[in-house]
Amino acid sequence: MNFKKMLGTCWCAASLTIASGALAGNLVIKGSTTVLPIAQKAAEDFMKKNPSTSISVSGGGSGEGVKAIIDGTCDIATSSRDMKPEELTLAKEKGAEIVKHSVAMDCVAPVVHPDNKVTGLTLEQLKDIYMGKIRNWKEVGGDDKPIVVVSRDTSSGTFEIWHEKVLKKEKVTPEAQMSASSGAVAQIVSKNRFAIGYVGIGYINKDLKAVPVNGVRATPETALDGSFPVSRALYFFTRGELKDDIKAFVEFVLSDDGQKIVLEEGFVPLKK
Amino acid sequence: MHAARKRRITEWIIRNTFLVLSMISILILGLIALFLFQEGLPLFRSVSLREFLLGRFWYPTYAPPEFGIFPLIMASVTVTLISSLIAVPLGIFSAIYVAELASVRIKEIVKPVIELLAAIPSVVIGFFGMTVMAPLMQEILDIPTGLNVLNASLMLALMAIPTISSISEDALHSVRRELREASYALGANRWETISRVVFPSALSGISTAVILGMSRAIGETMVVLMVCGGAAIVPDSLFDSCRPLPASIAAEMAEAPFRGMHYHALFATGIVLFFITLGFNIVADHLANKYKQVGTATL
Repeated sequence: MNFKKMLGTCWCAASLTIASGALAGNLVIKGSTTVLPIAQKAAEDFMKKNPSTSISVSGGGSGEGVKAIIDGTCDIATSSRDMKPEELTLAKEKGAEIVKHSVAMDCVAPVVHPDNKVTGLTLEQLKDIYMGKIRNWKEVGGDDKPIVVVSRDTSSGTFEIWHEKVLKKEKVTPEAQMSASSGAVAQIVSKNRFAIGYVGIGYINKDLKAVPVNGVRATPETALDGSFPVSRALYFFTRGELKDDIKAFVEFVLSDDGQKIVLEEGFVPLKK
Repeated sequence: MHAARKRRITEWIIRNTFLVLSMISILILGLIALFLFQEGLPLFRSVSLREFLLGRFWYPTYAPPEFGIFPLIMASVTVTLISSLIAVPLGIFSAIYVAELASVRIKEIVKPVIELLAAIPSVVIGFFGMTVMAPLMQEILDIPTGLNVLNASLMLALMAIPTISSISEDALHSVRRELREASYALGANRWETISRVVFPSALSGISTAVILGMSRAIGETMVVLMVCGGAAIVPDSLFDSCRPLPASIAAEMAEAPFRGMHYHALFATGIVLFFITLGFNIVADHLANKYKQVGTATL
């Protein structure tokens, strides 16, 4: 009798361990440097609430994240772009079923040095500047100074939205300075009176002047209602059937608390 | 008898341990080279070698993509040459000063300081170039951008000087005392001794130093990524932005779709860089052998 009871207790304890084990995993999140601040902050808050889950977050770029989720070396890939056709094919070849979750909106705004007199640009002017057709600030209402075009690398997610919405798939001038991160673009433009660059609205600070496009300022409101022309969705990609802890984390990011983080990090929440 | 056998066994073990260890490093190096070629060569199924090396435009993500690395090669060559123009005289003259002219006390200060320069992480030098040098240059010279060939060359020179200086100094130091004494005995003064006796006999070591300094500059990634500006054009002035080979690889690799054309193109760029540095090393090795200092009677 006594022995049976003991066995019962053991069984209970064991099943309890298994049950709680569902949320006691190690989550690996990898991908876009644009989404990094959101994922980082969300992971910290999530771990505070669920101390048994440990989450590691790293950057590397959208492509790196997608690569990792296809290979199964991460649990969640963050990305500032949708998957490319060749990546989808590769995923299919490797038998990885990828699920897409939109988590926030991002709004990419052109920025100049605070001393720059230009008060607004049209999409066409931006396109001509980035194609190297407009080369002097006086052509768009500024001083008689050469324009230094600063762009993100052609393989970054931020470049992709600019390429699509501003350049309309035309080639960026080879004279453009290509920077490896949004932080570097912000840094260069804040130090150079002749420069123009573009960054997500999370990167705009007092050292940069955001230029309205077609008369519309880049704000959370204009990004959500679609009136600001250069905005995009940010994604989490997951693989196959969701494990409980992955599901819990994605749900947390989409919850009110999670979306508050999105707002605090300078991005646009999906709903108010 | 017993002791002798024991010693033989110990020796055998030691010899073979070292053999295995050196084999491991050769094997790893071989595997890296193999991997580099395996990932880079598939590019040439769709792009000819000529288009790749001499193409003027680098638009890897467009449809159709263009994979011309000529501007990138020219950028690497330009910044390396200009940084050598700065670093070689400074490196060699500082080596001559330290080895031949400085008093012991000054030498004890100067030598470690130059060597300390080599210990500065390249990201720190890059950061300095980006946040201090670039705005300063733009302000003083009134040019559109401070992220240019000249700035990058200065920063790379800063990294090559300690390499060139300390290896040259070792070469000068190892010139035999008899040579100097013979020179003085013939009535030569200090300058004649340094320029006609000591310097020529240390030439092989100094050439090696120069080549190693240059290959450090051409392979350097972080500095050029941060300071060059990254425009994929053939620079035609000191104040143009440019995009050296390593910067391109480092900036784009993370975002290139795995095993796509762009990915293979970046590995192919790596192969080009590999051959350039290999060339530098072969030249250095050749110079070191050709002008080898043998005995005191070489001059």
